[in-house]
Amino acid sequence: MVGAGGAGMYAAIAAAGKDASVLLLDKSLVGRGGATIMAQMTVAAAIGHEEPDHWTDHLQDTLAAGRELCDERLARMLCENGPARIFEMDGWGAHWARGADDRIRQVKAPGHGRARCCYVDFLNTGPGVAGTLRRQVSRLGSVRRVSNVAVTEIVVHDGRAVGAVGMDVVSGDVVTMDAKAVVLAAGGLTKIYRRNSASTNMGGEAYALALWAGAELIDMEFVQFFPIAHLAPRLVGMDPIMWDPFRYKLGGRLLNGDFDEFMHRYGGQDSGTYTTVRDQASYAILKEVEAGRGSPHGGVYLDFRHVPDETLRAAFGPVIDRLAHNGIDLTRTPVEVAPTAHYHMGGIRVNHRMETRVAGLYAAGEAVGGANGANRLSGNAITEALVFGECAGREAATAVAGTAPGWNATDADGAVERLRAALSTDATGGVPANVLERRLQDIMWEDAGPFRTGKQLQRALDGIRELRQSPVAVRPADGFNLDLQDRLELRAMLTTAEAVVRAAIGRTESRGAHQRLDFQESDGRFVANQAIEMRGGELMARWPDGESQP
Amino acid sequence: MTELRVWRGSAEDPGRYDVYRVPYEEGMSVLDALVWIRGHEDSSLAFRYGCVNANACKTCMALVDGEVGYMCTARLSPAGGTVEPLPKRPLIRDLVTDTVPDDEKLPPGRD
Repeated sequence: MVGAGGAGMYAAIAAAGKDASVLLLDKSLVGRGGATIMAQMTVAAAIGHEEPDHWTDHLQDTLAAGRELCDERLARMLCENGPARIFEMDGWGAHWARGADDRIRQVKAPGHGRARCCYVDFLNTGPGVAGTLRRQVSRLGSVRRVSNVAVTEIVVHDGRAVGAVGMDVVSGDVVTMDAKAVVLAAGGLTKIYRRNSASTNMGGEAYALALWAGAELIDMEFVQFFPIAHLAPRLVGMDPIMWDPFRYKLGGRLLNGDFDEFMHRYGGQDSGTYTTVRDQASYAILKEVEAGRGSPHGGVYLDFRHVPDETLRAAFGPVIDRLAHNGIDLTRTPVEVAPTAHYHMGGIRVNHRMETRVAGLYAAGEAVGGANGANRLSGNAITEALVFGECAGREAATAVAGTAPGWNATDADGAVERLRAALSTDATGGVPANVLERRLQDIMWEDAGPFRTGKQLQRALDGIRELRQSPVAVRPADGFNLDLQDRLELRAMLTTAEAVVRAAIGRTESRGAHQRLDFQESDGRFVANQAIEMRGGELMARWPDGESQP
Repeated sequence: MTELRVWRGSAEDPGRYDVYRVPYEEGMSVLDALVWIRGHEDSSLAFRYGCVNANACKTCMALVDGEVGYMCTARLSPAGGTVEPLPKRPLIRDLVTDTVPDDEKLPPGRD
């Protein structure tokens, strides 16, 4: 299992349940990196505790948000199997919030027709889920957990994934690992954007590893931007996307830098369907900033001053005190918010067993593309981590049970050689990789952000190519060399960023989270999933039936 | 501007304090300052962090002005501050100590 967030840990548990011997790897620490730990919101599953509900209703809502692009089989799995995962984790001691009747509490998030989103109080869902899975994994003798190993390549022999090569980030040593099957569970790519709500290890490695191994990606143009992430004053100890439920619940007002309401200038009311609201809000905010009417830090204000003190306290609970520690008093001052890169709908193409087109290579969690189509509902991300993780682990273990290892001593030679070349240190004549990462983040934010044009995307592609040629300075260091870690991460980030840009160039329409300012309407010809693959060392976009046009 | 004194070194050397001048922004954390230093002054500085200021991953513990705490929630004051590695953990380098549980480590290497 490459990546030990929600999906990787669940995959490990499920594989161990099928008597497999599991190696669970994380570049950071097991259960502490990736997206899951950052998710302060909810987990959507039609368990019907709060009100009558059925997974087919959840599916209907998920498909509607996906704007005709969902892989229905995957979306169905997510919705149908979500409840089983919630209850299984309940048995492992997950602290789902409960009512006085001991039933699990569920709230109605935007886009859901029912109150079906489970949570852990207060704003603690991600850490709660991660903690439960971490404890469960540590109870299993057949799961070997390894922290601080960054996987840099999947080893493929005769078209089959047989292991991986990586770097021990503490010592800088090369590590080779053989495996009968490999699960990529290191999804999420929002670190390729300047403004993001991600953990630091979410540079999109899973997508690059999949491409390099010969797997296909789909829907890479669909990056979800969250319109009102916290911008200022500096907020620590909180998820930057925390404001959304409060805005809906309490009617927080969005004001520009002149303290004027502005949403009405951009078509429609500040209400309506979920996806429309998100896209419209992002567009309106970015346009106000562009017109010089932004807040001091380049966003807009979110204002709760019209809400009575006691209403605020009732809604925010102890969060009010955490805000006070940050010097934020909502009764007196508005906060600044702005769009941020938040989640990736696209990802590795898999079938209903989470198998990629490379034998023995699986994907799980956010790394998987297709379940959410062109846009994702709030609450579906952790559900997909749990459901796809369980499926990938179980299927991988079942498929390889009783088979002989496919690993030969020389299989990893090429990958090891490539890694050793990348590990050479030379501080002269270049700039550190983290500085180049910053440039990539600026390029993606400016030219491949929430609203794109063909011209901008072409400029982004040129910028990525240029960065790839830039010499990287790596200073030698005796242990925990972040320059080296950054260089390896940058390689993956550049590949993943290029996949996003190429896919965004190919979709000359607007749909869901992919908004082209030069093609503002949805176009029926584009009700199809665009694939990205590596051919002859180059990334290529492809529509169904191998066509370069839809 | 403000100043951050950062302990630098490894288990093999006596170590030293490097002082960095960092642009001050109200409410900034010690981690904000360290990320700025790596991006603008010295990328060779080593420290652990994961969730970037959400205080969810709990991997950025260090000694801030003499007290054990999370660098992501410890505020840097305009008067400056000092950050050092955790004193009771084996030192790896700079602010990075061995906080990985023993059963999450690789076996001794072969070559």
